[in-house]
Amino acid sequence: MSLQPEIFKSLVRSAAEQVIASAPELTSLDQAIGDGDHGTNMKRGCEAVLGKLDAISAEPLDAALKMIGKTLVMTVGGASGPLYGSFFLAAGEAASRHAQLPGDLADIFDSGVTAVSARGRSQAGEKTMLDVLIPVLETLRTAAGQADLIDRVRAIAAEAAERTAPMQATKGRASFLGERSAGHVDPGARSSCVLVQAVCAGLEGQQ
Amino acid sequence: MTDTVGIVIVSHSADIAKGTADMVRQMVGSEVKVAFCGGNSDGGLGTNVPLIIDAINSAWSSRGVAILVDLGGAETNSEMAVEMLEPERQDFVVVCNAPIVEGAVMAATESAGGSSLAQVKAVAEELSAG
Repeated sequence: MSLQPEIFKSLVRSAAEQVIASAPELTSLDQAIGDGDHGTNMKRGCEAVLGKLDAISAEPLDAALKMIGKTLVMTVGGASGPLYGSFFLAAGEAASRHAQLPGDLADIFDSGVTAVSARGRSQAGEKTMLDVLIPVLETLRTAAGQADLIDRVRAIAAEAAERTAPMQATKGRASFLGERSAGHVDPGARSSCVLVQAVCAGLEGQQ
Repeated sequence: MTDTVGIVIVSHSADIAKGTADMVRQMVGSEVKVAFCGGNSDGGLGTNVPLIIDAINSAWSSRGVAILVDLGGAETNSEMAVEMLEPERQDFVVVCNAPIVEGAVMAATESAGGSSLAQVKAVAEELSAG
């Protein structure tokens, strides 16, 4: 599998479209434990990415990832803008050093996850998007090169998002709720799951 | 007039940002450049990086700029805005860990006296230490 520009473009499109389609669900999760703007914020950012899709996909992978990151930073707002923006900016920076796909995919993803953790000053287990991104990264490493990699990534993303439900938030707006934050899937974990699964579905369609 | 540290106020609410800036101006006059922003790009509650960058530019001073924020997203977006500046300007902008209204007033008062960026930040942050 190599990442041709047209494949990259279709992956970005389907990921953005899936997030836009999930906006009502993300908003309702965020209304339960946050400030209720995650769906509209992510929708705005993904629409901006779709609007620049031709320019983004004309760039090499590293520059394209950075352009996605910058677009999200400038348009999403809320805490999720800098968090997702930092993921793609750092992933783009890593892609300029590790350009072999799929071999370097885990390293590129790792850089993005590290940037999210640094930006949010957050770790695993705090009911955030990291609770999906970190298990996905671990699966990218442990199942690298295996035939069922995509299935396993997709499964772990869904499981990991569900596992945030009983967690108590200690970061972000949900932490104000303390124990009352338990019982709801974290909206950021859910949007990360939607993004990862959209990319998985898009890659499966290419095989 | 020698330059004084500029003050930027970033709230999720445009009304709070403006109200805070009004209080600062009334208390410290026009010695200090004060800029503010609040709300997302749709006019709702939220913060947004391009507006924060504009505010930093409008409060820009050779002595630096101190940013006061309200809730978490304002802090995260402000840090992101600083990183989007040219590298040589980034060291001249700090985000203060202080309550937004009191912090802005204290920071601006300290700035009006000609203090450095580090002193301005320290005075604002004393409010959180107690």
